[in-house]
Amino acid sequence: MKFPIFPPQGSEFSKEVDYLYFALLAFSLLMIIVVGGPMIVFLFKYRRGKPANRRWPHLPANTIEITWIGIPVILMMGLFGWAADLYFKQQRVPSGAMEINAIGKQWMWKIQHPEGNREINELHVPAGRIIKMTLASQDVIHSFFLPAFRIKKDVIPGYYTTEWFQPTRLGTYHLFCAEYCGTQHSGMVGRVVVMNPADYQAWLAAGHPQSTLVDEGAKRFRELGCSGCHMGSSVVRAPPLEGLFGKPVPLQTGQVVTADEGYIRDSIIFPNSQIVAGYQPVMPTFQGHVTEEELLELIAYIKSLGSNPSPPPDATTESQP
Amino acid sequence: MSTMTVESFRPVAQRKPKTYLTEGGRTLSSWLLTTDHKRIGILYLYSIIVYFFIAAVAAALIRLELLTPQGDMVTSETYNKLFTLHGVLMVWFFLIPSIPAVLGNFVIPMMIGARDVAFPKLNLLSWYLFNAGGLLALYSIIVGGVDTGWTFYTPYSSSFSNWHVVTMAAGIFVAGFGTILTGLNFIITIHRMRAPGLRWHRMPLFLWSLYSTSVIMVLATPVLAMTLALMALERIWGLGLFDPKLGGDPVLFQHLFWFYSHPAVYIMILPGMGVVSELITCFARKQIFGYHYVAYSSVAIAILGFLVWGHHMFVTSQSVYAGFAFSFLSFMVAVPSGVKVFNWTMTLFRGSISFQTPMLYALGFIGLFVVGGLTGLFLASLAVDVHLSDTYFIVAHFHYIMVGGMVTAFMGGLHYWWPKISGRLYPERLGQIAALITYIGFNLTFFPQFVMGYLGMPRRYHAYPGEFQIYHILSSAGASILAVGYVLPLLYFLWSLKYGKRAPANPWNATGLEWQTTSPPPKHNFEETPVVTGEPYQYSPEAEEEMVHG
Amino acid sequence: MAEARTALAEQFEDMPQQLEASRQGMWTFLATEVLFFGGMFMGYIIYRHIYPEAFGAASKHTIVLYGTINTAILLTSSLTMALAVHAAQESRQRALFRWLLVTVFLGLCFLGVKGLEYHEDLDEHLWPGAHFRADLPPQSQIFWFLYWSMTGLHAIHVTVGVVVLSMMARMAARGLFSTHYHTPIEISGLYWHFVDIVWIYLYPLLYLINRYS
Repeated sequence: MKFPIFPPQGSEFSKEVDYLYFALLAFSLLMIIVVGGPMIVFLFKYRRGKPANRRWPHLPANTIEITWIGIPVILMMGLFGWAADLYFKQQRVPSGAMEINAIGKQWMWKIQHPEGNREINELHVPAGRIIKMTLASQDVIHSFFLPAFRIKKDVIPGYYTTEWFQPTRLGTYHLFCAEYCGTQHSGMVGRVVVMNPADYQAWLAAGHPQSTLVDEGAKRFRELGCSGCHMGSSVVRAPPLEGLFGKPVPLQTGQVVTADEGYIRDSIIFPNSQIVAGYQPVMPTFQGHVTEEELLELIAYIKSLGSNPSPPPDATTESQP
Repeated sequence: MSTMTVESFRPVAQRKPKTYLTEGGRTLSSWLLTTDHKRIGILYLYSIIVYFFIAAVAAALIRLELLTPQGDMVTSETYNKLFTLHGVLMVWFFLIPSIPAVLGNFVIPMMIGARDVAFPKLNLLSWYLFNAGGLLALYSIIVGGVDTGWTFYTPYSSSFSNWHVVTMAAGIFVAGFGTILTGLNFIITIHRMRAPGLRWHRMPLFLWSLYSTSVIMVLATPVLAMTLALMALERIWGLGLFDPKLGGDPVLFQHLFWFYSHPAVYIMILPGMGVVSELITCFARKQIFGYHYVAYSSVAIAILGFLVWGHHMFVTSQSVYAGFAFSFLSFMVAVPSGVKVFNWTMTLFRGSISFQTPMLYALGFIGLFVVGGLTGLFLASLAVDVHLSDTYFIVAHFHYIMVGGMVTAFMGGLHYWWPKISGRLYPERLGQIAALITYIGFNLTFFPQFVMGYLGMPRRYHAYPGEFQIYHILSSAGASILAVGYVLPLLYFLWSLKYGKRAPANPWNATGLEWQTTSPPPKHNFEETPVVTGEPYQYSPEAEEEMVHG
Repeated sequence: MAEARTALAEQFEDMPQQLEASRQGMWTFLATEVLFFGGMFMGYIIYRHIYPEAFGAASKHTIVLYGTINTAILLTSSLTMALAVHAAQESRQRALFRWLLVTVFLGLCFLGVKGLEYHEDLDEHLWPGAHFRADLPPQSQIFWFLYWSMTGLHAIHVTVGVVVLSMMARMAARGLFSTHYHTPIEISGLYWHFVDIVWIYLYPLLYLINRYS
């Protein structure tokens, strides 16, 4: 029987988390010794019947209390700061990330690579790259947990969550769903396969993807009639989408929001909840007409639209909504 | 020459002293309609034992299943129902009532020199509400069971799982009102009914702990009631706040739920800490070191406990800045607990220490609570919590506190006050053996879970990858030993009721008003209202040693 | 006074202790009620912040006439309750009885108006779910869910209050209260005032957002 104690360190970040963990262990050991040591000595030395000096000395009680409160507080603040700093680093996605989507549903993980490859319960990634996971749920709350990379993020229906990692070690690692999601929760597991970049390219090609995520998105955009209002000339005034992604959007209420993935998703599902300043609330909702995967494809397409308006494929045969 | 003949010559008045067990009637209805706080405490004791054993059987089945990596003993659905049942019954129907409703009910009025609690009829109502809720919960289990986990996260609970979640929520809702009324009763009792001379700063620390616990009970439980009601309404009518299809946020449920459930864990541990203060002082024959610090640390825990709920939600994409605040406050809430531990240790210094069963439990509490509390710091650390969240590390952490802490303290208190409650002594040697068995069994059950957790073993998993098996085997082995440690006291307490030596009024030579009356006490506790003139814990280790030696 | 002696419960030393304990008990209970309603108020605050327009649109469909009438009724009933407590403090038996009856009557009026209002709300398809009116955005259903549950819970509390005050009125009719002993009247009064205050928060939050913009 194997007797593993630590999960593999799949990334540099894993090592940093492990260092912090060791520091916490050291602090704990220190506290146990500081409390347990004297306690054991006292239990021994002052047990009933054993002669000893039991006269109560004059002790500066308040000073003692302040000291044994103060010193642990200072040490704990150090641990807090270290952990917070590492957490902050972990929450901010560095630039230059390769974006992969994962959709959780009872009880499997559907992975979408930008090149169009799809996987179920497996995630192939190239070593050395920063991988940004965009996570969506089709039903209940799940959680995307990669112990080897020390990362985990809940996957919540209704919005997108993200996490990132930079694998450095080749190998195969666990993927677990870490938020109880129903009957087959423990079956919602998979593997992350970290390959060297050349092998990864080969793997991508061998998958014979039909079309990239962006192209799929363009197709959906056409099929659902989005281009009718949002592209080229049209009767209905709709906010232009070219160069939209990442930019600030002024709303009718005076608020200004950033057009991120969540904003685009909300605009498709709840078009009347955030109306752009100067426009009428005439966009119909697509809730029920579009799956989470399709939403992510649409978002990939919209992200790809630069500032120069370019018509989607087959602009002449677009349909009106 | 039989004793019978001698007895029959004794005048009636001397035959058996009137105690609360006999005074007031011996019929079933005299118990079921009692307003005597002591009888109500015993009613609660019987109830929680029943719920405890049902939940323990569920745990046994879970640990049996987990011996092998495959889910081969029960179906996944049954497994999920088992851990839900275990959590719900243990949290709301065993841990929360345990010390407050059993020992608190029994001891508080006597400790303050009162005849009863402020509202005895409300006290009885609390017990009925508690069991009405329990029956609803058991009903939910019998008609098919709930599989959401004791945390009922939406949208799984509100839109996807079966409708039994509604009756289960109703059960907890009703029982919650029992808790609220008990808390209310204790607050007013401690405020208004202390004997003359018993100022706040002369109160035994058990009262400070229970007072703080009661404040939490009263303020936090209503939020749970509302949250579960909202979830149930959404389940029934699909018209709720947590449905993403309506623009609702499922995470809002988590905020509301943990706003209660974090303080709830302090409801569960503070009374245990109060018991430990009583035991350490009595069995070390020492005044507590740092009385004011220990007293106010209970208040600090109650207040800070309301400010840390977000630490259950670090991976839900809560704002990073909220995460910082919750992490910082979670570190801070460890401080008052640390204060207690340091002060208990210092109380042992130059004491006169004996190792009867209650003391073994008190010392065990300190050891296990320290481990549980320190592992809490791991979880308060943001970056590490991301990795550890929803793994067995969490399971180990809270079992160290709840079982290693609270249940241990409950056992310690039960053994300490048993002579007062029953008028009998439990067999001391067996008591010490049982305490040691639980300690060994407990550590073997839960320590491997820390290691498993860091390795990545997720919780609530029916089947798991083979590399974790060794830890699960150790854990299950420990559980079987732990079970022995809990069954033994049940057996010998029952035995003692008939065959145990009769207890004197103060078998431990303890200070405290409850020991100034007979074991068991009369119905109205005291013949006359006592007057308090000094500090609590007026023990003298030197005097104790003199008694031993000469 | 035989009445006063029998009114002292056996766990208490004297009447002042009993009175203080009862008062404190009711205040503590009201604190739990604040937190009980608090969960829903929290939900309201959060969703109103996220969906101000949907909430505004939803609120326009509340019947402000009924809401305002009910506010007037409840405020008046708090006055009559206070007058009842005052009468009890001065041992004015008939006045106590009458003021209690008026308060009960006003409470019943409140419930009646609420009943009419609920009826109309249902006619207007304002019950969240499949048949919710289509001209409102989906997030308005969150507002309306909060409306039904908050006013519903409040109405349950009013009903309990009406029942309790009726019982108080009956006891008052039998001359059980006096300057010496009127604790139940006082603490019922506290409860009734609390129920009124909750309504004072509900009224603007539910009826008055965006009404005149």
